[in-house]
Amino acid sequence: MRVLESMVDTHHRTPGYIKGRVGRVEALSGSFYDPEDRAYGGSGLPKRELYLIEFGMLSLWGLRYRGGEEDKLLVDIYEHWLEPAGDPAGPRVDHGF
Amino acid sequence: MNIGWNRPAIRRDPGLTMGSDHDHPGDHHHPGTEEDITLSQPARRLLAMEELLVEKGVIGADDVRRVMDVIAARSPVDGARVVARAWMDPAFKLRLLEDPRAALAEVGYPPVSGSKLAVVENTERVHHLVVCSLCSCYPTSLLGPPPDWYKSFAYRSRAVVDPRGVMREFGLEFGEGVEVRVVDSAADLRYMVLPLRPEGTEGMAEEELVALVTRDSLVGVGVPNQPAVNP
Repeated sequence: MRVLESMVDTHHRTPGYIKGRVGRVEALSGSFYDPEDRAYGGSGLPKRELYLIEFGMLSLWGLRYRGGEEDKLLVDIYEHWLEPAGDPAGPRVDHGF
Repeated sequence: MNIGWNRPAIRRDPGLTMGSDHDHPGDHHHPGTEEDITLSQPARRLLAMEELLVEKGVIGADDVRRVMDVIAARSPVDGARVVARAWMDPAFKLRLLEDPRAALAEVGYPPVSGSKLAVVENTERVHHLVVCSLCSCYPTSLLGPPPDWYKSFAYRSRAVVDPRGVMREFGLEFGEGVEVRVVDSAADLRYMVLPLRPEGTEGMAEEELVALVTRDSLVGVGVPNQPAVNP
């Protein structure tokens, strides 16, 4: 799955450093009231599915990563922030770290 | 945000309200009001919001205090008890990994607030490290308030980029044969690490095992203490 590249300035729980990045679904974390709606007094309904997404550290940080090839980063991402990755060689944003 | 911890017990002091009952043309001193001045802007805003919520009947006057009392009463020792039980009882360990809420209730830790706890297991090949890059999400309902470094910008930003470097600073080093898995608890789950049981603890009683489990090992920046070697 690819994390949406969307830049919003309202409350959301998607860390900036994985936006636009491709990972795989490691687990389903359950469904929760939508924090983006609740932050502004909404009901949080409908509930949103939360996915635990696994990213390879090397694919996130490239050769700057100091660690093992198998090292991973796991983040819970809400369903509406994910899209099918499609072509793995598709557009990818270099954050320039 | 954790500005609510260790709040001074001055909430109902009339001197705390934003406008004092008189202006201050001179620099005369009100005894006992020094603490008010040291309250940060966010802390004062928090208290004002809390009082508004109580006034509007959204929450009861006691609700915040009650939840905070429960959390303040919890400490890493509670996490250590759960870990020791999991080490002793494989069936409990499975339940803890699959349904932490039910497993915790079973050993005397009923759920406190909405956040859902998740437990990740360390093995000889896999080591987990927990961080919240967005704020400071932490399994407070079981472990109590987080340590200050957990909330620091340095830890939150570096743990996701260079976890091995961060762990090395905590005195923990793994070879490449160990997969490091950083869990960024950015959303609604709060993660606790189930550390690897140290070698040489086979015959130990549950209470002895509890004493080996450190707070750092429940976050993944440490491992449990080794048992003392008998001469």
